Amino acid sequence: MNKDYSKVISQIDAVANKIYDDFQKTNIPSLSLPTRTKANITFDEKLNVWKYGKNSTERNAKSLDGAYMLLRTMYMADFIKEMIKIKKSSTLREMYYISEGWDLAKFHSQQESNLLAEDLEVITNCMREDFKLRPEEDGARVIGNITIEEMTRNNTKKKIHCQDDVGDAGYSIPYNVEPEKITFKSYDADFIVAIETGGMFDRLVENGFDTSNRAILVHLKGQPARSTRRFIKRLNEITNLPVLVFTDCDPWSYRIFASVAYGAIKTAHISEYLATPSSHYLGVTPSDIENYELPTDNLSKEDINALKSELSDPRFQDSFWKGEIKLQLKLGKKSEQQALAKYGLDYVTDTYLPEKLAEMGITKK
Amino acid sequence: MAQITALELAKKQKEISVAEFFERNKHILGFGNQTRALVTSIKEGVDNSLDACEEASILPDIYVEIKNHDDGECKIIIEDNGPGIVKNQIPHIFGRLLYGSRFHAIRQSRGQQGIGISAVVLYGQLTTGKHAKITSKVAPDRPAVVTELAIDTNKNRAEVISNSTNHWEKPMGTRFEISIIADYKRGKRFVYDYLQSTSIVNPHAQIIYKEPDGTDYTFERTSEILPRKSVEIKPHPYGVELGTLIKIAKNTKSRQLNSFLKTEFSSMGDRTTNATIKEAGLEKTLNPKNMTREQFLALHKAFKKVKIMAPSTDCLSPIGETLIKRSLKHETQEISPEFIITASRPSSVYSGNPFQVEVGLVYGGKLPKEEPVKIMRFANRVPLLYQQGGCVTTTAISSIDWRRYGLSQPSGKGIPTGPAIFLAHISSTQIPFTSESKEAIADVTEIENEVKLAFRECARKVQQHISKKVKRAKTREKFDLITRILPEIAKKSADMLNKPIPSLDKIITKIMDVVWIEDLIEYEKVSREPVQTTLIGNIPQEQKGGTITKSKIMIINYKRSPQKFNLYTIIPDDAVVGEVNPKPAKIANNYIKWCLDTIQPANKIDISFELAGLEKGDFDENDLYIENINPAFVIGADKWEGE
Repeated sequence: MNKDYSKVISQIDAVANKIYDDFQKTNIPSLSLPTRTKANITFDEKLNVWKYGKNSTERNAKSLDGAYMLLRTMYMADFIKEMIKIKKSSTLREMYYISEGWDLAKFHSQQESNLLAEDLEVITNCMREDFKLRPEEDGARVIGNITIEEMTRNNTKKKIHCQDDVGDAGYSIPYNVEPEKITFKSYDADFIVAIETGGMFDRLVENGFDTSNRAILVHLKGQPARSTRRFIKRLNEITNLPVLVFTDCDPWSYRIFASVAYGAIKTAHISEYLATPSSHYLGVTPSDIENYELPTDNLSKEDINALKSELSDPRFQDSFWKGEIKLQLKLGKKSEQQALAKYGLDYVTDTYLPEKLAEMGITKK
Repeated sequence: MAQITALELAKKQKEISVAEFFERNKHILGFGNQTRALVTSIKEGVDNSLDACEEASILPDIYVEIKNHDDGECKIIIEDNGPGIVKNQIPHIFGRLLYGSRFHAIRQSRGQQGIGISAVVLYGQLTTGKHAKITSKVAPDRPAVVTELAIDTNKNRAEVISNSTNHWEKPMGTRFEISIIADYKRGKRFVYDYLQSTSIVNPHAQIIYKEPDGTDYTFERTSEILPRKSVEIKPHPYGVELGTLIKIAKNTKSRQLNSFLKTEFSSMGDRTTNATIKEAGLEKTLNPKNMTREQFLALHKAFKKVKIMAPSTDCLSPIGETLIKRSLKHETQEISPEFIITASRPSSVYSGNPFQVEVGLVYGGKLPKEEPVKIMRFANRVPLLYQQGGCVTTTAISSIDWRRYGLSQPSGKGIPTGPAIFLAHISSTQIPFTSESKEAIADVTEIENEVKLAFRECARKVQQHISKKVKRAKTREKFDLITRILPEIAKKSADMLNKPIPSLDKIITKIMDVVWIEDLIEYEKVSREPVQTTLIGNIPQEQKGGTITKSKIMIINYKRSPQKFNLYTIIPDDAVVGEVNPKPAKIANNYIKWCLDTIQPANKIDISFELAGLEKGDFDENDLYIENINPAFVIGADKWEGE
């Protein structure tokens, strides 16, 4: 299936045009884009997700850094145009290596090139996928009673049942989860559980939680890749099943939840594509530490700072999060999903999850 | 109890011989221990040689050799290419303490008291029993006279042991040989330090030093120009003591008080003389030979009350900033310092004695960062190696807060720590040493203040240097931007759109928004004479070519509006200005001034000038100043604060 890239090309050319115009009008060349920080994200009532606010940052050629950034943007834009023309795509890492040949515009780290790719998305209102850039890491895994139809590289459609047609590792989410690549055919489940760690995902699989509790299990693999978040979002939109996020009990895990539910700060320009506003945080919560008497570690200095920073993060301003974060700061402790094994390997599937699900009104007691 | 009679006492009273005097006072004369004795002996010999050469206007070639014997005896040989000493004078100079030509003269010289070299002879005699040997040749067509002598310690007279003539290949010069008991092992380092330091403040001298094991060092001559000859001046009333005043009055040829004051003292004109006499309540017709002690006292008091002009400073012979810098550069080559900065104060006066302070500062390179800075002290071109703590220069340095200037100094007092060498040179007709061994200068307020002012000036220059560097580095980034990155952005955007590459000129001025001054210095070996000359007349050598320093300055107006301003460049006052383009508005002895034409935006002006009379590297950085323009608009020059 051939996507129409003419809109992407005109958006990219608009960037070149802006710079060219600046030169002709003897303005200092500049590009402005929303400030991509915590302080500049606001809740979009219409979309129900967090987006960038009104503050914008200007990258201009007055400073050396700004000028380098503009030059790199031009090189990257030109490279993307070229890829579209020759019908290829590349990984972000490949682009980083290709930039070696860009002379003055070459990147000094992949971090730099990844960030700039995101900047370019923000500036052009396009998505990385439009730029034919794909991430290095694959999406994570899925197990559950759902059938997915995938367009394979041979241009043939293939139906995959995420229990019968896959091994215990599950169905692997491809980097492109748009309708031209995958469609959801049929499902029979009550809810979706997004799990932070592979260990817990495998525990639930081994204990047969997907069958016994009619659940679709998605492995987040830490901070979830875009495709994983997009997958959950699409699945949620089509099936209307509730999404429950199950993570460790520390500030970093809350950020994982926020990126699934509210939109990540780094990708706030595409929150409406990636975030699933109806997601719920299942646990482990600081209250769980107390209620279940879980084994804990002390909070590190970094943990405490991260928690405090979350207290001023606009996404965490509801009473649930404020209460839990303050409680955790008071406890001075953190815990892991797998700490539940304290009460035996089946405890999580037999006791903890059923109790939590009932508490949240997902299942009946 | 028997009374001791005056007669009995008289039997015990006798003249103290010089030998006894020396034995009792050898520490204050610099012979306190065997290490000091070695350095002092060499120092006295070298000082004498340098003084002799300079008096005869000869560029000194000094040879120093030490031969070490296992029993602690050292033989010292010091040889120069000076004018030599006539045969009759040799016994007086080397064999009598307190004999010299310079004691009574008021002018700058190394030795003064006439103790120096004869004390070395005496020390050798007392410790080894050996005689001094002096070889001297006064003219190329005369044979060398070889004198061996000892000192008759009872009479304070030389005892000539032998006299002969000899053939000596040198056209002229003096060779002094003495054996002394000394601690060579410990003294070795000090001898080297002393000779190196001496070479720094005597750039016109070449010193070759041969150690007992045959190692030899050459401290090269870095200037072919002899120091200005200091002129002898009469005593200044502020500095004269009562006894001296009476003595001068006894010997004067003047018959009246007013002519006595005018002829025997400096800075005494008609008005000052009359005011002094009036203040003292004396008659101007009074014969100075008939004055009473009370009258002298009144006169002496009156001196202090009347405002008398400072003495003329012709009697001083400072080294000069260029030469200090050059010497320091030469001696610190291996350290490759980041910069060398010098400052020189105008001459000043304490108690009627003129003096002048010059300082230098070497910074960075391989100098140790964690150690106290090295302080090199000099008085009348003689290094002071001992008693650093008791010296006015140290006091002055310690009282400056160096923390602002990038050196560490706990509590802002004391000798700072950091990668630096401080040099302080004080020249005066009368250096107020704390003792006869002449190792430290006394805490005279006027001198302390001048040293402080000089180092502060130096520190300010250091700060300027650093801030200029930072400012330039920042602007250089912009330069990078407009010369490399901006054209690339323009090209890429044009390429992507298949359009012609847009023009950048106006955007460049917008981004830079400064007047950019860049400079370059080149050196060229030439054989031609400089075209113009400075106002200073004291360049004795004819310029037989040498190095021409060529400085090029480029001014680019990156502001959006036309700019017009004046530019100044500081030049060393011993430089001779050659070709200058465009035509300068003024050439003063230490700067060149241009009133520049209006520079349109994105246009530039090239300026060049040549300096002669300098060695390569003497002038290695343009010190530029601007006037009639906001200094914030300009990169590469500071605000002109007036002369």
